[in-house]
Amino acid sequence: MTRYLLPLVVFLIMVGFLFAGLGLNPRQVPSPLIDKPAPVFQLQQLHDPEKILSSEDNIGKVWLLNVWASWCVACRDEHPLLVQLANAGIVPVYGLNYKDERGTALQWLKQYGDPYAVSVVDPEGRVGINYGVYGVPETYIIDKQGIIRHKQIGPVTVKSMEETILPLVKELQSQS
Amino acid sequence: MNRQNIYYMLRLKWVMPLLFVVFLLPSSGWAQEARSVAEDPEAEERLIALTEDLRCLVCQNETIAESRADFSNDMRREIREQIQANKTDSEIIEFLVERYGDFVLYDPPFKPTTFLLWFGPLILFLLGLGTLIFYLRQRRTLVEEEKPLTEAERKQAEALLNENKGNDA
Repeated sequence: MTRYLLPLVVFLIMVGFLFAGLGLNPRQVPSPLIDKPAPVFQLQQLHDPEKILSSEDNIGKVWLLNVWASWCVACRDEHPLLVQLANAGIVPVYGLNYKDERGTALQWLKQYGDPYAVSVVDPEGRVGINYGVYGVPETYIIDKQGIIRHKQIGPVTVKSMEETILPLVKELQSQS
Repeated sequence: MNRQNIYYMLRLKWVMPLLFVVFLLPSSGWAQEARSVAEDPEAEERLIALTEDLRCLVCQNETIAESRADFSNDMRREIREQIQANKTDSEIIEFLVERYGDFVLYDPPFKPTTFLLWFGPLILFLLGLGTLIFYLRQRRTLVEEEKPLTEAERKQAEALLNENKGNDA
C-alpha cells in the first residue's frame, strides 16, 4: 500500500508547491517600503514649474501617489479609473510624472483627462529610485502619518480598486 | 567652367562636411562612454563588481551590469554617484535593498525568510539519502528472509541446468 501511497503523496506535495509558485507574479516584487515612512520629496509641479510640492505638505491626510508617464502604455489602461476616483472625491491622487517631458505630459493629460490634485515632475527618476519604482505605473497609498501602506505595481484594475485600494483608503481615513 | 562642373563642385562642397559629421557622430558617443571609465577606472571596476551581483528588476534574469534596460542605466548612474561620494560597497547595497528589497541581490542574505532557499538543497539531499538507505535495508532483509530450496525445487533446478549442459555439448 505505502508503495503506491508514497509516490502519490510526493506528487501531491510537488503539485502544491508548483501551484503556489506558478501562481505568483514574478513582476510583483514585495516592496520593503511598506509600513515605512514615504521618502520625502520636494519637486516642481507639472503645470507650474515655479511651484514646488513637498510630500510633507500631505501629512495629515490619506493620499495616493501614482507614478505615470506619457510614454507608459499601461498607464492608459488605468487612467479612466483614476479619473473616476478623482471625480468621486474619495481620496486625492497625486501624480509623479516619471522620466517624462513636460510638453508631452501636459498634452497627454489634456487628451486622457487629469485626475491629479497635483502632478510633480521627476525627469531623471531620482525620486522614483527612492520609492523603489521599477515598473510604471505604480501606485502608493500613504496614510495620515506619511507611512506607505500599500504599493500597487502595474496598472490599477477594477478588481484591485474595489478589493484593495478603496477599503484600505477608507480604513486609513477612519484612523486618527 | 561649364555648368556641370559647377554643380559637381557644389555637391562636393556639401559631401565633405556631411561625411565629416557622419563620422564624428558615433565616435563622439564612444568617446563619452570611454571617458567615464578613463576618468576613474577604479570606480568603474567597483561599479562592475557591484552590479554583477544585482538583479535588474525589469528584466529579471539579467544583472544590472549586463542589462541595457533604462532601469539599469539609472541604477548604474546612482551607484556611480554613490561611489564618487565615497560610500562603501555595503552602504550602496543597503541603499538598494532598502528601496527594492532582497530581490535585487543575486546573492541572497541568510535570514529566516531565506532559510528554505539555503537549506532546501540540503534537505532534499538528506531525504534522498534516507530513501536510499531505507530501500537498501529493506532489500537486505528480503534477501535474508529467503528460504533454502525444498528438495523438489532443487531437483527441478538441477534438471534445468543439466538440460542446458546437454545443449552445449
